[in-house]
Amino acid sequence: MQVEGENGSGKTSLLRTLCGLMMPADGKIFWRGEDIKEADEEYYSEMIYLGHLNAIKDELSALENLCISAGVDGLEVDERQALQVLRRLGLKGREALPVKVLSQGQRRRVALSRLLVSDAALWILDEPLAALDVRAVDLMQELIAEHLEKNGMVIFTTHQPLLVPGVELRRLSLS
Amino acid sequence: MKKLSLPGLLVLVVRRDLVLAMRRRADVLTTLIFFVMVVSLFPLGVGPEMDMLRKMASGVLWVAALLSSMLSLGRLFSADYLDGTLEQMMLAPQSLSMLVLGKMVAHWMVSGLPLVLMAPVLGVQFDMSANALGVLILSLLLGTPILSMVGAIGAALTLGLRGGGVLLSLLVLPLCIPVLIFGTGAVEAISAGLTVVPHMSLLGALLLLALVFTPWVTAQALRISME
Repeated sequence: MQVEGENGSGKTSLLRTLCGLMMPADGKIFWRGEDIKEADEEYYSEMIYLGHLNAIKDELSALENLCISAGVDGLEVDERQALQVLRRLGLKGREALPVKVLSQGQRRRVALSRLLVSDAALWILDEPLAALDVRAVDLMQELIAEHLEKNGMVIFTTHQPLLVPGVELRRLSLS
Repeated sequence: MKKLSLPGLLVLVVRRDLVLAMRRRADVLTTLIFFVMVVSLFPLGVGPEMDMLRKMASGVLWVAALLSSMLSLGRLFSADYLDGTLEQMMLAPQSLSMLVLGKMVAHWMVSGLPLVLMAPVLGVQFDMSANALGVLILSLLLGTPILSMVGAIGAALTLGLRGGGVLLSLLVLPLCIPVLIFGTGAVEAISAGLTVVPHMSLLGALLLLALVFTPWVTAQALRISME
């Protein structure tokens, strides 16, 4: 599902509320029939959120960042698997560099690598395409298509056109 | 996909924060150097009378440890808050308390443990006896983790505030008074030839109490600050 709307129309707020970072003023959010406040452990192990901030550490390398953020998500990732994922995202040869020397787009790729090691069913992505180049946008479309094939769900916001082959995107307009 | 166990997660968070501290070594060193400076200023300011110095040694070292631990508290959560890592921690399937405990442990290892190790060297400046030095180290060893843990509550509450550093000290310092009293009390007791067991037991009890409650309280405080 793509959430659309002008700047300031509340896209980010909606996504943050959906993932439980903000309390809704009214109403409840349900996941598999249960209020996410009560079933938070289940919900959080099946949901992955990527916000405006990349949530990566400048001083750590891409590889370390990936292993640690996967660890915080509760997953143990071995080095071989992590390297594979980073390679797929076009970070080959830059796995061991501290992230602060990478470009904005490359940092975004490091942040996105979390999606590939997780088995979460629901992806909530806030502007996933920010700072990405054309090839990375194509890759992102591919990743979303793969995720949907595995019966996954994606809720995202973007100002760029994002076409997922073979899938009719649902759109929610906040304007 | 292999799931990470809870102790595994704790180790991961501690290791992460230690690696980060090692790559930002200046932050660690400032705390330690501040501690050394403050303690060394006292003999210069008060004068070289051995009797007086010996008497005030434990108090000076403890207060200096208290103040220097305040210095690094502001950084406990702020970097994670700014780059979005803290958000991800709140969305982790495991309990936030466990992650917070990991951060507390790492914080103590980086800012508390060096003070404990440095204390005997500085104690010599005050002509402390070997016995008193031993007790001082033990009391700091029990007391500084409490400072890190109680301080974390304040750091979580003042997260993202402008001028939070001063407010943090005002919040946390009064809460640390019991630790200061029992810590210095233990050293005074041994100097007076009394037993240190009651002081140490009370410090130990405070440490256990902090270990049980502060991670949870800090996690709640973080949730309030992040809203």
